[in-house]
Amino acid sequence: MTFQMTKGMRAALMAGVAGLALGAASASAETLRWARVGDALTLDPHSQNEGPTHTLNHHIYETLVGRNVDGTLEARLATDWEIDPEDDTVWVFTIREGVTFHEGQELTPEDVAFSLDRARTTPSGMAALHAAVEEVTTDGNTVRVKLSGPAPLYVQNLTNTFIMSKAWAEEHGVEAAPNFAAGEEAHSIRNTNGTGPYMLVSRDPEVRTVLRVFEGHWDEAPEVTEIIYTPISEAATRVAALLSGEVDLVQDVPVQDIARLEQTDGVRVVRGPENRNIFFSYDMTSETLASANVDDNPFAKPEVREALALAIDRDAIQQVVMRGESQPSAAPLPPFVNGWTEEMHEYSQPDYERAGELIREAGYENGFSVDLHCPNDRYLNDEAICQALVGMLGRINVSVNLVSQTRSLHFPLIENWETDFYLLGWGVPTFDSQYVFDFLVHSREGAYGAFNGTRYSNAELDAKIESLATMTDLEARDGVIAEIWEQVMEDRIFLNVHNQMLAYAMRDGINLDVHPENQPRMWSVTFD
Amino acid sequence: MLAFIIRRLFQSVIVMLAVALVSFSLFRFVGDPIASMVGQETTLAERAALRDALGLNDPFLVQFWSFVARAAQGDFGISYRLQQPVMELILSRLPATLELAMISGIFAFLFGVGFGVYTALKRRGWLSNAIMTVSLIGVSLPTFLIGVLLIWVFAVELQMLPSFGRGDVVPVGDWWRTGLLTQSGRMSLILPAITLGLYQMTLIMRLVRAEMLEVLRTDYIKFARARGLTNRAVNFGHALKNTMVPVITITGLQLGSIIAFSIITETVFQWPGVGALFIRSVQFVDVPVMAAYLMLIALIFVVINLIVDLLYYAVDPRLRVSRSHARH
Amino acid sequence: MSKDDTTIPPRPRSWAYRAWDSDVAYSFRTSPVAMLAGLVAVIIIAMAALAPWLAPFNPYDPSQLNLMDGFTPPMEPNAFTGNTYWLGTDNQGRDVFSTILYGARISLFVGFSAVLFAMVLGITLGLIAGYRGGWVDSLLMRVADVQLSFPSILIALLIFGVARGFIPPAYRETMAIWVLIVAIGLSDWVQYARVVRGATMVEKGKEYVQAARVIGAHPIKILVRHILPNVMGPVLVIATIGLALAIIAEATLSFLGVGVPPTQPSLGTLIRIGQQYLFSGEWWILLFPSITLLALALAVNLLGDWLRDALNPRLR
Repeated sequence: MTFQMTKGMRAALMAGVAGLALGAASASAETLRWARVGDALTLDPHSQNEGPTHTLNHHIYETLVGRNVDGTLEARLATDWEIDPEDDTVWVFTIREGVTFHEGQELTPEDVAFSLDRARTTPSGMAALHAAVEEVTTDGNTVRVKLSGPAPLYVQNLTNTFIMSKAWAEEHGVEAAPNFAAGEEAHSIRNTNGTGPYMLVSRDPEVRTVLRVFEGHWDEAPEVTEIIYTPISEAATRVAALLSGEVDLVQDVPVQDIARLEQTDGVRVVRGPENRNIFFSYDMTSETLASANVDDNPFAKPEVREALALAIDRDAIQQVVMRGESQPSAAPLPPFVNGWTEEMHEYSQPDYERAGELIREAGYENGFSVDLHCPNDRYLNDEAICQALVGMLGRINVSVNLVSQTRSLHFPLIENWETDFYLLGWGVPTFDSQYVFDFLVHSREGAYGAFNGTRYSNAELDAKIESLATMTDLEARDGVIAEIWEQVMEDRIFLNVHNQMLAYAMRDGINLDVHPENQPRMWSVTFD
Repeated sequence: MLAFIIRRLFQSVIVMLAVALVSFSLFRFVGDPIASMVGQETTLAERAALRDALGLNDPFLVQFWSFVARAAQGDFGISYRLQQPVMELILSRLPATLELAMISGIFAFLFGVGFGVYTALKRRGWLSNAIMTVSLIGVSLPTFLIGVLLIWVFAVELQMLPSFGRGDVVPVGDWWRTGLLTQSGRMSLILPAITLGLYQMTLIMRLVRAEMLEVLRTDYIKFARARGLTNRAVNFGHALKNTMVPVITITGLQLGSIIAFSIITETVFQWPGVGALFIRSVQFVDVPVMAAYLMLIALIFVVINLIVDLLYYAVDPRLRVSRSHARH
Repeated sequence: MSKDDTTIPPRPRSWAYRAWDSDVAYSFRTSPVAMLAGLVAVIIIAMAALAPWLAPFNPYDPSQLNLMDGFTPPMEPNAFTGNTYWLGTDNQGRDVFSTILYGARISLFVGFSAVLFAMVLGITLGLIAGYRGGWVDSLLMRVADVQLSFPSILIALLIFGVARGFIPPAYRETMAIWVLIVAIGLSDWVQYARVVRGATMVEKGKEYVQAARVIGAHPIKILVRHILPNVMGPVLVIATIGLALAIIAEATLSFLGVGVPPTQPSLGTLIRIGQQYLFSGEWWILLFPSITLLALALAVNLLGDWLRDALNPRLR
């Protein structure tokens, strides 16, 4: 849509659009101009395991199973899925019939098997989610996935694994996911052939991507027939674009602007919890800390960890830093993830006096000082949250030196164990606690503990975590999860702040639900 | 003349190599590219393997040499982030930046010279003082704030001009896509061009004013007046003409810094040019793009410098002697 | 130039009298714009220098902060705590007035130090290049070319990157301000060097320098005693404008995500934080720091303008 000159013209145009929508709904062409902070990195279906990339690709490609806005699974290209009753290490997927790719090929089980193989082979970014897969075979209109052991939750790993055409991949030499080190561009990075509700019309990375509805899609035709996707990195510019009517929908709304946008005529905001928790963590194992001014490791002492828990004022962070747009919680786990309980979620009110006492009891009569590492471009108001904590800890004589920097400098510190105290956010794409334990709680060895910056290592807990992967009795498994959480909470490995909330702002008359993984689905948009 | 050009070309190559060396040696401090290339599930071993495959573990000189050898053939590799050939990426973004730089350069030059002449001729007028003071406001606030304020006033409140992007673009030739030929493209240019050109405009205006004031007091102008030439002929025919050599020099040199400063303007206005590409690349530690961008900036600067030198040479014969002396 | 370096005064007078009686001072006294700009600059600089005594709060002391005081509008009681602040509070509950004073202190410190650094470096290299000539001159000017081909903002970004690599993490935050000074200073020395080099080349051919050389004066003495005073006029003008530029550059770097830590904000950092609240209604977080920066930079720029005209006798 071209830019509108005046308010009057814009009003007339809006009226025209509204009139079209009211009239013949099926014949109307609805364009949705969609803006968010960053672009998809690639259109290759398996190259990157990254939120914005998946979000855009979900419109072009489809997965076997999808994630509903309430967190449950829905049938996409698989109409049915179950564990083989005779072999609990095999998952069986029944493939939807009558599905065609944008270029006209029929979807076959062979395409599915090919795609799963492509996704689990390096350099695919999705490989880690399919590490337990041993073999993928087809049988009639089903696909059988053989795993190294029983994997009752494997289907949860499939919500972002897209299916592509084997013939198309072979034709264009993209049988494997693109390799960073290859030094040349693969065809699949800017060209697509999916089964999804939209086809790619044009792609100018980081500038503009245009999608048009795919007439041959198996599902109901969406109301939005054209999508113009524009990344706008500056928050103020993004909000300005919505206020001036240049875009219809803004996905990453700065929390401070939500209230103003809600009061603006012609704009509405929808919000919901995101599957992402924000927490602080610390090196609680080393003998000494590199950045502390004391000879031992204060975080190794339970009193100090308790003092931190008593000093953090989650309600203040929620009300002031997050403008009410967060769910404060003591547990580093969003409410819809398996393993979450009301009890874990409850947090205490700050008690600075007691916290100060605990610091003294731990032997720090004059307090201590330590560096806090924080990203400043990754999570909602990440830097401001860290700053708020600096103030709170200042009140209990813990002097915190804040180091906030860009994500590419921040995250390696955690990976390389170069930080004593840090902020991290964690989403749980499998909607199961095991994902949290694998990466954040298990000692760092092999594929485990990559983001365990605490150096926490508990052999008993490690064994329990490893057992989760192959337990088929889900009730017993939930029991083990609860045991692990109890220990984690008791040891105060995490100083959790809150669960992030998502907000989408849009022109009045557009209806769209917040997706817990921040993957809004434009094919579900309806117009008033 | 030929010897002069050859010497300057040779020096330009040295400058380019130095730029490459300096920028390349700095990248290792910008951050770890691997962290932004892989998902959170990637194991430490896989990360190490990727680092190895990209040659990031090679000795510095090996990395530098392979960079220079490939860059000399115009191959800057593929972007770590967007997985596209860097050359293609930069070429596709360059028109946006060049058009913005050109328009803001023209804006700065026209208004700068106009205001400069006016304020020099009407030195004590209230309008002159007003222009002088208001133009200073433009250089007394950070560019990003001016951009955001312009968006607020003209896009949000008045809804007269677009707040972001380039509008509709149409292809001209193989890879150049222009926004100058569409209505929305031209409208989109106005705010970023003003934001970017404001500083240069003030600079040119002050320079023209100062030069005009100096020239106007020279005997040669006094003589022209005594001869009974009209004010108009004296002011524009003689005085302005004589101020143009330094003004052209500065404008030319400023063109390079306009392109560089477009980083901030492009970020604020989501202008799809190379500056915005660069700053995103810094955030993601996209080394191939960063390296190519810095080389491009250096190349543009070297070329502009060369052209300015040659213009000097052509415009003002007196300079031939002193300038070649100064270059020894 | 002014009287005192050309003629011997008939009677020894105090330094203050001579300064007051000089042409420059006369020009200052008769220029209302310069007087006003000088007044504004002096007030802001004095308030910044005296911040610890003038400011009602110390915004850099986290233990004094209460997050619940955040976003208090000017002159209105906070909805939770009931506290009232003259210019309101920012997103962390810091008193905006105190933060501006402390922020201006940092900005001015960075600005002055960066200019001083650039000036010393530029003058030294300019004198050497101009006086020695030959390959030294060629080399220095080529370095200047390389330097110029990197715009100042890029140089500062890169220096920041390097510093991050060299400085141990524990010192990074305390070093940040010095890194900023070096970064801004390094990106600015070329201007001084070019001016000084040009003037030196002209001066060294003059008879008095030749004479000094003939009587065997040491080159350094010639440079410092005879040539330097003659280039100080233009250098001062560049320095004044450079001060304003350095303060703005610090703000711009803050926008690009490098600069002083957010717990000890400069004026530029305050503006960067404030512009996030342009649409949300908390105008005071942006407005007051911006006005302060504008007033400061404008005053310094106007002083620079005036100085340029005052030191150029042909324009009088």
